[in-house]
Amino acid sequence: MNTLAFSGIVAAASFCAGFLGSLTGLGGGVVIVPLLTLVFGADIRYAIGASLVSIIATSSGAAAAYVKEGFTNLRIGMLLEIATTVGALVGATLVAVIPANVIAVIFGLVLIQSAYLASRHRPDHLTANMAPDPLAARLRLDSTFPTEGGEMRYRVRRVPGGFALMWLAGVLSGLLGIGSGAVKVLAMDQVMLMPFKVSTATSNFMIGVTAAASAGIYLRRGYVVPDLAMPVMLGVLAGSMVGARLLFRIPTRQLRILFALVIVVLALEMIYHGIAGEL
Amino acid sequence: MVELDPTIPPRDPRLQQAVGTLLRVGVLLAAAVVLTGGIAYLARHGAAVPDYHVFRGQPATLRSLTGIVRSAFALDERGIIQLGLLLLVATPIARVAIAGVAFAFERDRTYVLVALLVLALLLKSLLG
Repeated sequence: MNTLAFSGIVAAASFCAGFLGSLTGLGGGVVIVPLLTLVFGADIRYAIGASLVSIIATSSGAAAAYVKEGFTNLRIGMLLEIATTVGALVGATLVAVIPANVIAVIFGLVLIQSAYLASRHRPDHLTANMAPDPLAARLRLDSTFPTEGGEMRYRVRRVPGGFALMWLAGVLSGLLGIGSGAVKVLAMDQVMLMPFKVSTATSNFMIGVTAAASAGIYLRRGYVVPDLAMPVMLGVLAGSMVGARLLFRIPTRQLRILFALVIVVLALEMIYHGIAGEL
Repeated sequence: MVELDPTIPPRDPRLQQAVGTLLRVGVLLAAAVVLTGGIAYLARHGAAVPDYHVFRGQPATLRSLTGIVRSAFALDERGIIQLGLLLLVATPIARVAIAGVAFAFERDRTYVLVALLVLALLLKSLLG
């Protein structure tokens, strides 16, 4: 296969990854690394580098749509980005010292956890009539979001717990080249009790900054191969933009379960190849 | 639907619009540069056999900020793609800076500091 055909196939696969990733809220990056390593035989560090830049594109492409819809909470996003960027710098530094096979196994385990989190359907917590949390009130984190019945308000709780989990999301993002969307959403909608749509939109918004924090280190280390990252980034970006456009128009429950199954299969493959020492 | 509650500030649609526009423009610009470099690269090297299996690291010209800009302006195809990827990485960084400015206009000192801290961490990663 020559470079032209290879780039075309990688771009098409990346388009599907970006499309499903943005539609299901899992992010395209979650399948890019297994795709590039298992299917296309790329070195895992190259795969992570390509995945990271494509995640910045996915996040920014989808975030632009979300921000317009009014679900994103910019204050919460900015505050928690302190935790995710510090974590991302730690994760990106760890890549150099952890063997590729160990990274593959960690990757598989994190993927399974992400798929599990994504397949659960959780009702929103009703926080509108709660007393304000002192720290959240001081940081002015409470806000409103649009619903069919008009603007709905919500309150934010347990900021330190959310902050700690966000740090972990950053480490995983820098180490594995994923957006860690599942962990970010978990921190917001389960720990901080934010509405699911606000959590998803804010997570998407943060993913670009988190990934940019690791991407700088990857770029300087020579892990970003332009000719490999090119079809991945363009494919994922196009797919994610189409996905974001359809997000609120088509029911995504079955799709989430299907995509979660795909992820579990890829995860088991990563773990198997990691343990067998074939990466 | 929503009752007036002084403890919950309203969303700022202008800030959100500005940030949304910045993200879109930055990403599309980056994508255009990557696509341009990509087409040029495939036109010249499309028939070669790709090999990404063995990790070698990239040459210094594609790793440093100045090296990337220089090779892109020398019309090196890989340099142009890398410049596009650099623009992509710069988009969220610019977005943090703009949010910081917007918080400054609102005289929100806490969030100006938060934005500056995030900005410093991002620049540390990119510049070493």
